[in-house]
Amino acid sequence: MSFFDRLVEYAPLFIEASWVTLRLTAVALAIAMVLGAVIAWMAMSRFGPLRWLATAYIGVIRGTPLIAQIFVLYFGISEIVKMPAFWAGALALAAHNSAYIAEIFRSGFQAVPKGLVEATRSLGMSRRKTLRRVQAPLALRTTLPVLGNQYIIAVKDSSLVSFIGMTELFQTSRNLQAQNYEPLQMYLMVSIYYLIIVLVLTFVVNRLEHSLSKHRRPVEGSSGDGDGGGLRPRWLRNRTTEAQA
Amino acid sequence: MSTTSQAEPLVSMRDIVKTFGDNVVLDGVDLDVFPGEVVVLIGPSGAGKSTLLRCINGLEKITSGTIEVDGQHLSYEESNLNRIRSRIGMVFQSFNLFPHMTVAQNIMMAQRDVLGRSAKESRARAEELLDRVGLAEKADAYPDSLSGGQQQRVAIARALAMDPAVMLFDEPTSALDPELVGEVLHVMRELADAGMTMVVVTHEMRFARRAADRVVLMADRKIVEEGPPEQVLDTPQSERGQAFLRQLTEE
Repeated sequence: MSFFDRLVEYAPLFIEASWVTLRLTAVALAIAMVLGAVIAWMAMSRFGPLRWLATAYIGVIRGTPLIAQIFVLYFGISEIVKMPAFWAGALALAAHNSAYIAEIFRSGFQAVPKGLVEATRSLGMSRRKTLRRVQAPLALRTTLPVLGNQYIIAVKDSSLVSFIGMTELFQTSRNLQAQNYEPLQMYLMVSIYYLIIVLVLTFVVNRLEHSLSKHRRPVEGSSGDGDGGGLRPRWLRNRTTEAQA
Repeated sequence: MSTTSQAEPLVSMRDIVKTFGDNVVLDGVDLDVFPGEVVVLIGPSGAGKSTLLRCINGLEKITSGTIEVDGQHLSYEESNLNRIRSRIGMVFQSFNLFPHMTVAQNIMMAQRDVLGRSAKESRARAEELLDRVGLAEKADAYPDSLSGGQQQRVAIARALAMDPAVMLFDEPTSALDPELVGEVLHVMRELADAGMTMVVVTHEMRFARRAADRVVLMADRKIVEEGPPEQVLDTPQSERGQAFLRQLTEE
């Protein structure tokens, strides 16, 4: 049986498993975004202990392997309550990504020029309204490409959840190679599915970026081509331009 | 101005001291600004002009002293600060327009969020002010597409939209290409002629001469000399004032 025969034969299995991977990553990232926002807020707090807590959390998560975090959470939680592998995996992925997302949010806020915050406050805008009307929308524009990158990493990292017995995309390829003794073919095949997911995700993020940075488009007669440059630093701008070309 | 001396000052600063750590930036400064008066702050860099200006609307917190604006004591409690700031317009060296909003949205935001004006009313006010600064056709452009001089004129319109009692200008032309300075100064002179109370930090001596009611010369963290422009700029009494003006003419 050739690679292509198997590709056709296993397609339904892999497509179904892709959905599991997508659901797992989506749930994990949704939690990670909320958690990451809270941790970023703590990290920027004027209250020392909150800041230290956030720093410690980020340090521990970034300093330890994701696979260890998954095992610790899975076995740790199952000591207390019986939790399906899906949720244990999603929580571990969420915890892991929240630390990175918190750092992305924080750097996004710090990239908003201080003068813009001062100009907003000078108009009599409250701290909260300044956050909502100026800091958050501008931070979102700078962070979007970096967030997209983190999402892509999260999709691929979700393969590690297979080690706690979840039949997601990666585990499907492991199961199949145990049956047909074609590990090379199976791992190549599963890579194709990851690649497709990542390409689609990249496309969506690029579209979003483009629509969010409409203020970059020339209003009249100037020479720019609306490259979606926005407020991003030049090195990021160049990178996206290359990716789109 | 002969009539202003009887009126209550709009801005009243008493014995202002400001330190950054061990570094003393303002060392016992008194300044009154009367309604309709145009006060121009000049002096060598590092004299504390910008810091003094930024103290008026609480962007810098004073170390000691008192500030009153429009009869209200300036404290740093959030609601008091926001109320006073909504009465003070501020124009920055670096324009600081919001890049994610159109020109009109820049001018409308605080009208809506702070003053509670309707979208229609704030849009009308924005258009009226854009017309006044000569940028009526730019209402729906984004700041990125404007020249520095145009951006600064929008920033002036944005501040005016709040109907401030006093306008502060922090080196409004220092970041501009030389050929764009004139259009901004022109708008500022028109404002002065219309009776707006203004405090201006600038290095533009011609503007000081033509628009100022009073020139305040700062050096070494203090006010060393103040008076009508001719007096301060032509016949300064203090040694520091003479040294500063000598420097200027040598350039």
